[in-house]
Amino acid sequence: MQELINKAKELLANGTVVRVLGWRAGDLSYNPEPAFFETEEDLQKFVYDGFCGANLSKYMIEASKLDGKTLVFLKPCDTYSFNQLIKEHRVDREKAYIVGVGCRGKLDIDKIKEQGIKGIESVEGTELDGPDTLTIKTLYGDKTCSYASAMLGRCHVCKGKEHMIADEIIGESKDTKDAERFDAVKAVEAMSPEERFNFFQKELRKCIRCNACRNVCPACSCRKCVFDSNKFDSAQKANVDSFEEKMFHVIRAFHVAGRCTDCGECSRVCPQGIQLHLFNRKFIKDINEYYGEFQAGADIEARGPLTNYTFDDVEPSIVKERG
Amino acid sequence: MSIGANEEFRPKIVAFCCNWCSYAGADLAGSSRLAYPADVKIIRVPCSCRVNPMFILRAFERGADGVILCGCHPGDCHYSTGNFYARRRMTMLFSMLDYIGVENGRTRVEWVSAAEGAKFSATMNDFVAKVTSLGKNVRLGDLRCKN
Repeated sequence: MQELINKAKELLANGTVVRVLGWRAGDLSYNPEPAFFETEEDLQKFVYDGFCGANLSKYMIEASKLDGKTLVFLKPCDTYSFNQLIKEHRVDREKAYIVGVGCRGKLDIDKIKEQGIKGIESVEGTELDGPDTLTIKTLYGDKTCSYASAMLGRCHVCKGKEHMIADEIIGESKDTKDAERFDAVKAVEAMSPEERFNFFQKELRKCIRCNACRNVCPACSCRKCVFDSNKFDSAQKANVDSFEEKMFHVIRAFHVAGRCTDCGECSRVCPQGIQLHLFNRKFIKDINEYYGEFQAGADIEARGPLTNYTFDDVEPSIVKERG
Repeated sequence: MSIGANEEFRPKIVAFCCNWCSYAGADLAGSSRLAYPADVKIIRVPCSCRVNPMFILRAFERGADGVILCGCHPGDCHYSTGNFYARRRMTMLFSMLDYIGVENGRTRVEWVSAAEGAKFSATMNDFVAKVTSLGKNVRLGDLRCKN
């Protein structure tokens, strides 16, 4: 972490960048938030630990409109989102100085709570070069749990430790993959239509339409969003009926289909713990199956699968034939 | 208008037909005196690619029991490539609807050219029969629009 702060100070001092985009301590020690830093004093609040899961690529859309360069810290998986935003002309590569930061998987406080650890005051050992066991200070004394058991779901299906784009890289990354990416989707597909309907009904009923998933998504970057229209009755929960409840998430996932890099931010920020990645990954799985392997953000030149075609694409009736 | 309990169920079908092929195909079916059920409500669109996936969801929301999209055969699009994009888009959408548990017989894409009046009529008869057998669309309806 000190290395990152030193780098930021150096680049601010020599005028390469005029601001730094990173994370600062939040209200709770395990809840850091994205922030801009403009002076050396500001940087005292800078943090980078296991809870810095937030993907900073989307903030670069606003930063690209400002004067001067911005130093942005990106984890390996965030660089896919950044690439995708370059491809869509939403961020300006020239306005960004990208420092790739190391990552050994990010933590989810809920995963720690699920293990029966209550009254959490702080978590220690979350740094990049920290130990494999976390020490959790609680009201009821110190508790421990393994780093891997507290990781975000998305880190168990890690896309890899390589940065897709970076001006320089600080810190060693680790590939934390220990599960198959599409297993959760396959489990749902294996159910009968009734079971699937009930499963999603139950899952989506929890939605409070806070729009956090939309706001955090790096692929959801339209200036005017369809869900903000007051002609469309889904602007607020009060208007929402069962249809909107079901369809909001389908529409949202469809809008990012073929552009979603599977960064997992939607599931991370959902206050209700809805498994939103089940929708995005279903589209990714279908695209891989029907139109060939495609990873959004891996290659800036590649055409997106839904803005492309071949003469012998599968017919939509495949859905029925597949059963 | 309400549907009595003892009345036979008639599905509401929305058919998006492309102006250049399928709409003309429907016209040919009419002028050839080929029957297809009156439950099918045709919406003319400039190209099958004009159909935003939201149109289909909206149709279901407003009470449709089945939605069918008809366009030119792949390769014959009036705008050269429109139906290729529509094909990918609809594959994705139908797969997702199937995934969330909506019966996959309620959605269909069929390529009907302007010369295929008989195919248009046969397709519509078949689709209406299929949707009728599936019954009322309860999984995707919007409660406010019911009767």
